Amino acid sequence: MIAVLGLIAGIVLGLVLQPTIPLWMQPYLPIAVVAALDAVFGAFRAYLDGTFDERVFVISFIGNVLVAALVVFLGDQLGVGSQLSTGVVVVLSIRIFVNAAAIRRHLFHA
Amino acid sequence: MPDPSAASRPKAEGPSDGTTSAAWAKVRHAMHPKANGGQLVVGVLFAVLGFALVTQVRSAQGAEALASARPDDLVRILDDLQERQDRLQAEAAALAATRDELLGGADQAGAALDRARDQAQTLGIVAGTLPASGPGITVTVIDREGGVDAALLLDAVQELRDAGAEAIQIDGQRIVASTAIVETPEGIEIDGEPVEPPYDVVVIGDPETLASALAIPGGVLESVRNAGGDGLVEQRATVDVTALKPLDQPEYARPAP
Repeated sequence: MIAVLGLIAGIVLGLVLQPTIPLWMQPYLPIAVVAALDAVFGAFRAYLDGTFDERVFVISFIGNVLVAALVVFLGDQLGVGSQLSTGVVVVLSIRIFVNAAAIRRHLFHA
Repeated sequence: MPDPSAASRPKAEGPSDGTTSAAWAKVRHAMHPKANGGQLVVGVLFAVLGFALVTQVRSAQGAEALASARPDDLVRILDDLQERQDRLQAEAAALAATRDELLGGADQAGAALDRARDQAQTLGIVAGTLPASGPGITVTVIDREGGVDAALLLDAVQELRDAGAEAIQIDGQRIVASTAIVETPEGIEIDGEPVEPPYDVVVIGDPETLASALAIPGGVLESVRNAGGDGLVEQRATVDVTALKPLDQPEYARPAP
């Protein structure tokens, strides 16, 4: 519940404040968002599995975001930034699909 | 994972419903607020996620999309734009060429029309269908003794034509290529119309040349005097040949292709 409230609060805050993304953050924000989404789906799945743990979620959320940003940063430094961010997005997308499938099995048994 | 025993059974039966409803119960349970520290941290993280999501979506939609693009992407976008520009420029050049062609065509058509109009006017003056005005002479041929005959008038016309006369009228009759000057018992007829002396001749052309052409020894004026008449020549800056000759549509002749 608090998670949903927090999500809504964040969206409203973003719409109201209309922040401009700092330049240094611009390449990393989309990847970080995708990584966070992956963590959220993973957490939801774990919750339905009954193995959800808040500490694990917080660490995986922050860890995912940081690692994704780090990978993209490294890619930029190596000159393969766009390819690597594509790769990160693909991997995270696959994980999101797998987690979504598990959630679907839990909730709809299908 | 679902209950292994459920996997071996047909889907819609009890235990599988049991796991599904248990999952839904968990979801419902999660919707009840429990304010402990862990939940708050999770909520804050979700707030951060929502904030970042909205921010990113907004920046990806706006013109900031370019600002956040990578150099590689920017180069690609630039290439695309360059290519598009080249294509559009080529198209613009082709269209401009077509436009010039069309304008030139219109000019040519206009020029042709002007030429045709000029030619029609020239032909109208030659054929006697248009009134003409210009420098020239007037000649009054007085015939006291009836000695001025058609042949003498025709001589005068020929002499004037030799001297470059461009339009001639005699007593209100336009003299053109097909004009006939005929001697009849009643007098002289020009194109079937009787004319009476004195004959008023109006000629457009170079006045000096025309006047001297008539005045040469053994020429028209001398012949008229010999015939018992007289000719008065006046040079004028402007004379008007106003007599018109109706144009007959040729019955047989057609323009050769």
